[in-house]
Amino acid sequence: MDHGNLALQYFLSGITKGSIYAVVAIGFNLIYSATGVLNFAQGEFVMLGGMVAVTLAHFAPLPAAVTGAVVTVALAGCLLEVLFFRRLRHHSVLHLIIITIGLSIVIQEAALHLWDEKVRSLPYFTGNEVSSIRFFGAAISPQVLWVLGTVAVTVVLLHVFLRYTLPGRAMRACSSNPEAAMLVGINIPNMRTLSFGLSAALGALAGCVISPITMTHYEMGAPLAIKGFAAAILGGLGNPMAAVLGGLLVGVLESFSVSRLPAAYNDAAAFVVLLLVLFVRPHGLFGSPTGESVREH
Amino acid sequence: MNRLRHILPFALFAVAIVAAQLCMRVTETEYYLTQLTMSLYYAIVVMGLCLLMGHAGQVSLGHGAFFAIGGYTSAVLTTHDFTRISSAVWPGWLEPAHLFVAKQDLYGGQTMTVSPWAAFLVAMVATFLVACLIGYPALRLRGHYLAMATLGFGLIVNKLVLASAIAGAADGINGVPEWTLGFGLVVSGKSTARVQNYYIACGLVLLLLLLLRNLVRSRVGRALAAIHDREIAANAMGIDTAAYKLKTFVLSAMLAATAGVFFTHYTGGIGPSEAGALKSVRYVALAAAGGMGSLWGVTGISTALNYFSLRGWFGSYDNAVFGVILILIISLAPAGPLQPLGHWLRRLLSRLFQGGRRPHGAA
Repeated sequence: MDHGNLALQYFLSGITKGSIYAVVAIGFNLIYSATGVLNFAQGEFVMLGGMVAVTLAHFAPLPAAVTGAVVTVALAGCLLEVLFFRRLRHHSVLHLIIITIGLSIVIQEAALHLWDEKVRSLPYFTGNEVSSIRFFGAAISPQVLWVLGTVAVTVVLLHVFLRYTLPGRAMRACSSNPEAAMLVGINIPNMRTLSFGLSAALGALAGCVISPITMTHYEMGAPLAIKGFAAAILGGLGNPMAAVLGGLLVGVLESFSVSRLPAAYNDAAAFVVLLLVLFVRPHGLFGSPTGESVREH
Repeated sequence: MNRLRHILPFALFAVAIVAAQLCMRVTETEYYLTQLTMSLYYAIVVMGLCLLMGHAGQVSLGHGAFFAIGGYTSAVLTTHDFTRISSAVWPGWLEPAHLFVAKQDLYGGQTMTVSPWAAFLVAMVATFLVACLIGYPALRLRGHYLAMATLGFGLIVNKLVLASAIAGAADGINGVPEWTLGFGLVVSGKSTARVQNYYIACGLVLLLLLLLRNLVRSRVGRALAAIHDREIAANAMGIDTAAYKLKTFVLSAMLAATAGVFFTHYTGGIGPSEAGALKSVRYVALAAAGGMGSLWGVTGISTALNYFSLRGWFGSYDNAVFGVILILIISLAPAGPLQPLGHWLRRLLSRLFQGGRRPHGAA
């Protein structure tokens, strides 16, 4: 395989991982816009999605299992909001973030005791482990196409939802000006619940499509949350579409650094770039400096 | 009366320290002191975060890295053989400065290692430089962006430690020698020195608590409070917010590094997990659970929770219990558990002396 093909191969693996980071980052953004909270349990939604789907796949056909997992995890996300964040909305943002960290630890441990420490995975959606498609000299698994396709469709649907439907526009209204949104009759607490449910559903879907490639493991959530957070920050908080770019960038950086640097440094390169970007652009690549200081207090 | 109120918490803390040790002696469970000592060192990191988060209002998810920088610097310097460098670079007249210690290794060969005190100083200088280097650009960031930058810094340090052979890669460093502080005090993990080391740790914690309390109640503390509440307003009042933020960040980083150095000498080694994101997040969580700005609450909670998990009280449910306690404390008592406890005590007292005395005003 010559040099160009190798680069293409790394690029493809980068955007596959990156698209999952992008979905996690979108989840961060949806909840951040609606509540001002960074939800570090976002990675656990991905893990739960995969776990539930793997379990359901024993009894049901694959599409039903994936749908079941997405619905279950979305309900769990709504439940978290109703149980914790609705009651504790007078706490400071930092306290709420620490609570999400606590929740993430508890969910992870619950998954460990509910399932076990084994690595599991869904079957390949089409083909199997060895089937591959030639693509300009690079070999890609059909599952990669599933991941990229699912993420692309989801992002487009989300964009349409946020821009052209009434609930989506209500959500955006909540994030840009909660008081005004309340005055025009938008039920803000319900919108917050919706944002939790939506990002949980997105996370679960990502967990299902990536499961055949990276496997599902009870500990996979925390690293994904960190990467997703990095992607959201890199893109600029409060902008779900910038998060997609941020996620892809983190994924590609990570996969190219593996090709250039010793494997032990694999994550370090992506974070060095992130720090440098932040020092030059303190609000991320596409973030705006306004609004931030208002939300802090 | 006022002075008494200031001294009272310190006196109570000292009494509690001695009482704990005596209880353990009586019940012949003095080996518990080992974990208690370790959790006291961890509490120092959280105290630094208390200053940074609770008083200056800046988040750092990278304090595990500073702990590791301190610990690793002193571990490398006190275990690595510097025979060649020491004889080539240092002229003989530096010998009385005790920068290097000659030792016999297992095979009878002569090795030269840096003395623990010198290593401690180097660790402090290194932490100072790194903290300035990372803090200067990072503290221009706000809120979540600052959290991400410090988290990223911590992850980079963790990866560097894991990837460098001199730091022992994934194994960490073992066999760190004991540290003779002077006045007959030795920081070491020997079981004969257990009680002594417990008191060294307690003394260090008390000293730092006193210093931090004085800092918080000074002009600097008021400036930090202003930055915490409204940075723009503080700036407009003429407070040099950037300088104060950087100094606080560096100070809390150096506290974490101090804890790292002591911890490394005490346990005789350090591993890469000390720099992990999980540790840093845990420190922040402990600071939040202790009430963020309350030095006593933070010290108490972090010592207690770390002690329970180091003793393995909750077995395989350790992380789950930690998470649940965290959620409970923060949702029920966001200002730390000491404040509701204080209210409750005061109510109890005023009920006991009903009518006899008016209750005190706000503390």
